[in-house]
Amino acid sequence: MPQSPPALVTFWNSSIGKKIVVALTGLVLVFFLIAHLSGNLLIFVGQKAFNDYAYFLHHLLHGAGVWIARVVLLTSLVLHVVATVQLTIKNRASRTAYQKEATQRASKSSRIMIWSGFTVLAFIIYHLLHFTARLGPYSSFNDLTVTRPDGSTSLDAYQMVINGFSSLPAVIFYVIAISLLCSHLSHGVASIFQTLGLSTSKTRPLYKKLALIYSAVIWVGFLSIPIAIYFFRLGQA
Amino acid sequence: MNLTLKVWRQKNANDPGQLETYQAKEIPSEASFLEMLDIVNNQILEQGQDPIHFDHDCREGICGMCSLNINGIPHSKEQGITTCQVHMRKFSDGDTIWIEPFRAKAFPIVKDLVVDRSSFDRIIQAGGYIDVRTGSAPDANSVPISKEVADAAFDAATCIGCGACVAACKNASAMLFVSAKASHLNQLPQGAPEKEARVIGMVEQMDEEGFGNCTNHFECEAVCPKSISADNIAKLNRDYLLAKAKQSVSS
Ligand code: HEM
Ligand code: FES
Repeated sequence: MPQSPPALVTFWNSSIGKKIVVALTGLVLVFFLIAHLSGNLLIFVGQKAFNDYAYFLHHLLHGAGVWIARVVLLTSLVLHVVATVQLTIKNRASRTAYQKEATQRASKSSRIMIWSGFTVLAFIIYHLLHFTARLGPYSSFNDLTVTRPDGSTSLDAYQMVINGFSSLPAVIFYVIAISLLCSHLSHGVASIFQTLGLSTSKTRPLYKKLALIYSAVIWVGFLSIPIAIYFFRLGQA
Repeated sequence: MNLTLKVWRQKNANDPGQLETYQAKEIPSEASFLEMLDIVNNQILEQGQDPIHFDHDCREGICGMCSLNINGIPHSKEQGITTCQVHMRKFSDGDTIWIEPFRAKAFPIVKDLVVDRSSFDRIIQAGGYIDVRTGSAPDANSVPISKEVADAAFDAATCIGCGACVAACKNASAMLFVSAKASHLNQLPQGAPEKEARVIGMVEQMDEEGFGNCTNHFECEAVCPKSISADNIAKLNRDYLLAKAKQSVSS
């Protein structure tokens, strides 16, 4: 008898299996966003709190913690993007166009998932060059340092963020990208429950509400930082 | 009433097809939508032309044969009914009505408004049945089934396989159909023993037929003439995940 491919392969190749991968990787990113936001908001506490937090992250598990997080996040993101691009291609190929077509229930956000997704992807790449790798025009951020109580020096992450958001184009791009991310999440978070088979018509409105609240928190939280810096001169003499 | 119809005409599967405009004159408001098309077809026949081809059979909402996208919506914007149950009193004199086939790559057009939905039959053949020993019929009450299960299975079983869910879906996904058929049998004691093989078989056949994926838009629910719930889709997602998990450890 011919050997059938392993269940994991056929799972990935199936429509439902791939959607479940999208939901699970999306869930990882959804949790990450909350953790990332909680840390970032320390910028409102002050320079020391924010820099201590950055120092803590980079020295968690003797420096391994941040790498474990990076591997998990990057793997999730790559799987999420590969799966959603493949799904979208299949979806487009399955539909043949109507001359007249009405939409009754699908939200705008649910229909632009691939475009909000691609914007977020572009944003993530930019964001990593900006604050994580600090490449090109951002290499000067490496010169911003603070002295730790033990006499060692480390990056002045606080000052880096303040400088980073003193540029209007950067702030505008953050606003656009975060807004589209929240559009993505307003559909995505509710979708997780349906895709994983956890929702019923009774609980569906609840998950929809949860998704809207989550997206609103993400939107207000992440955008408060560049707005406070650029327009309200947070951290500037 | 007098109406303007924009009807999709297509000679065969390979013809590109186009919309043609027809004037439907003196249509009684008590006529059904399909009777309106019959009247128009009589006029077309009188002029010695090829009538508009469309599918129908029972004309009472039970067989699932009628189709048609009416003003952009499968079975029209009326909820919970089939095209054959649409009546002309829902339209007004002077209206323009767009009539197109149920479109999907997996539903190739045969002619005009007639599409080939045999992809649904092949999905059923891949698991939408139960294996039973034939012989004398078992006593009706020998297998106890709770009221909740019986009701939920019956709700799913009301699917008439018309394909409106596919036609309405932005991705031409067949998930509402497949999930209804699977969940009808999966939750009953007669269907439960083959649940995993059924779920995997039907989903794989669905993918092979070229249907798209569910993106949780819920357009299908809005057009289903039997108001089948997308709860069945959630259930199918869960059952597929569990069936594959079991397959991966047992094979
Ligand atoms: C922080 C980043 C991101 C988060 C938190 C996120 C989250 C999510 C979530 C929760 C879903 C719903 C999963 C489901 O339907 O069950 C989803 C769907 C989707 N995501 Fe993302 N996503 C992110 C980045 C991206 C990127 C970079 C792309 C680029 C291609 C993308 C494209 C999509 C698409 C197309 C869908 C819809 C898939 C479908 O319904 O078939 N996402 N996302
Ligand atoms: S013709 Fe039978 S359901 Fe419409």
